[in-house]
Amino acid sequence: MAVTLTRPSSSSSIRKPASERLFDAINIVLMLALIVATLYPLLYVLFASISDPGELASYRGILLKPLGFSLRAYDAVFSNPSISVGYRNTLFYVVGGTALSMLLTILGAYALSRQNVLWKVPIMFMIVFTMFFSGGLIPTYLLVGKTLNWVDTPWAIIVPTAINTWNLLILKTAFEGVPVSLEEAARMDGANDFTILFRIILPLSLPALAVIVLFYAVGQWNAYFQALIYLRDRELFPLQLVLREILIANSMDSMTTGVSSGDIEPIGETIKYATIVVATLPILMLYPFLQRYFIKGVMIGAIKE
Amino acid sequence: MKTAQTLTRPRQTAARPGFWQVVVKDFRRNKYIYLMLLPVVAYYVIFHYVPMYGAQIAFRDYVPARGIWGSEWIGFENFQDFFRSFYFWRLLRNTFAINLLDVIFGFPAPIILALLLNELTSERFKRVVQTITYMPHFISLVVVVGMVIDFLARDGLVNYMLAWFGVSPIAFMQRPDLYWFIYVGSGIWQSIGWGSIIYLAAITTIDPTLYEAAKVDGAARLKQIWHITLPGIMPVIVLLLILRVGQMMNVGYEKAILLYNPLTYDTADVISTYVYRQGILSADFSYSAAVGLFNSLINFVLLIAANRVSKRLNQGGLW
Repeated sequence: MAVTLTRPSSSSSIRKPASERLFDAINIVLMLALIVATLYPLLYVLFASISDPGELASYRGILLKPLGFSLRAYDAVFSNPSISVGYRNTLFYVVGGTALSMLLTILGAYALSRQNVLWKVPIMFMIVFTMFFSGGLIPTYLLVGKTLNWVDTPWAIIVPTAINTWNLLILKTAFEGVPVSLEEAARMDGANDFTILFRIILPLSLPALAVIVLFYAVGQWNAYFQALIYLRDRELFPLQLVLREILIANSMDSMTTGVSSGDIEPIGETIKYATIVVATLPILMLYPFLQRYFIKGVMIGAIKE
Repeated sequence: MKTAQTLTRPRQTAARPGFWQVVVKDFRRNKYIYLMLLPVVAYYVIFHYVPMYGAQIAFRDYVPARGIWGSEWIGFENFQDFFRSFYFWRLLRNTFAINLLDVIFGFPAPIILALLLNELTSERFKRVVQTITYMPHFISLVVVVGMVIDFLARDGLVNYMLAWFGVSPIAFMQRPDLYWFIYVGSGIWQSIGWGSIIYLAAITTIDPTLYEAAKVDGAARLKQIWHITLPGIMPVIVLLLILRVGQMMNVGYEKAILLYNPLTYDTADVISTYVYRQGILSADFSYSAAVGLFNSLINFVLLIAANRVSKRLNQGGLW
């Protein structure tokens, strides 16, 4: 991991003065507190989801381990048709959306990473300008919903957000890092731009491509707003929209009517937590393996600036 | 803007090829490049520039049956309605307050984390902290907000812990006076780790001999942080601050519409959520487009102003 190469390991043989040791101690305590504050909410959700629904309903307070053990909530989650339909839809949007995004982003990044392209600067300007100014939510909504008439179609979910300009710039920077000599040699042999892109640039940019695939896939997995405004048909709902109903819309109902959430069927509480786990675990499981790629992506972005 | 110059100038010497010759030659050489750019440019035109053009409904009385171009021009009426409305000051106050709190607390948080991470002597412990604190970045807003609502419920975990200190239960999500802090606080929880990456990257570029020299001089760690590390990453901080200030009148609706509820509208309603409710839920398109355009314009002006100030302070700018 590139991030870790900072100072050479500090004074090894000499004993540090007391103030230094105090600093280190405070620093470690702060970091431990941060770890607890970050992890505990997630662990609580995990423990609660596998707890016995009856016991959890009557329990208040900190969970340091599951209360009893029961997978009834997971049974209920997996047998819930809207969650399984949501899962299927999300997978479809993630795969289809990421594929489309990658296609467009790769083409754009390659074209804009080439030298000696007359219209490159104006086109770059046109693209970067959209990072700083937009027509706003309503004109976009009218375009997608009315003019294109994409309400209740998967297009509304995948196409309008297909290119993330930031990702495009990251990939462009990565492509620019491929030595020009390779390209020149290939051109000498009569290769055209498509051959150069697919035979030279892409194989040499795999880590950057992995980063961008992951950024798009995670973004699509977690997105809900496009679906909220363009989809009415429940058969098309992605998982996050179903989650929103279970986690937020319902809790608001019970809050405003004054019914405490514990009064509903006891399994209700555990279902909530199990749904969170089911929707979040796939990404969090993947994450430690991909972490170094993510960081690389942010670093390329940082260098870009 | 080289192309524009050559366009206006009549062809001069014979040695210089004319504008059209250059264009044609470039097009021949780069025909595949332009073929690749075609869908990309089409995407930006359709999904970014058409909406910018469509934003003119802010100046019209948009009637869906007549379409955008058939609807009547009404000038600044929609804007005036907004400026005069009861909502205007409330939205402005909330949008600004949330951003200000976020700049005060949310912006420095990842910087402080990066500085502290950099001081950790154990590389392994550092990596553990990094791995764990980056995680919330990958959790969806729906789940984060769902967890916030659950933990802050009247019978939730936070109230249980507050009871240790004798605090009676607080209905957090129904209290307008607490909303700003919940919004900003949950944002810090989610992004402090991820936000620190860029500063850690900047720290790696600092010349290690500076620390060696400081050590010889007997500078304490805090002094090293203050006099070496912080100045070393200052350009990155300034750059990100400019970008942040350019968003000063923006609070994303994606999180807000999950986190607020009618009981907290008084402090929670921001320009973007108002646009969402008026435009998409109440179908008042022209009016909400005007409010949205007003917001976009303010942000754009703020960004340019921040960039200019930064340049004047010789800290470099975005462009």
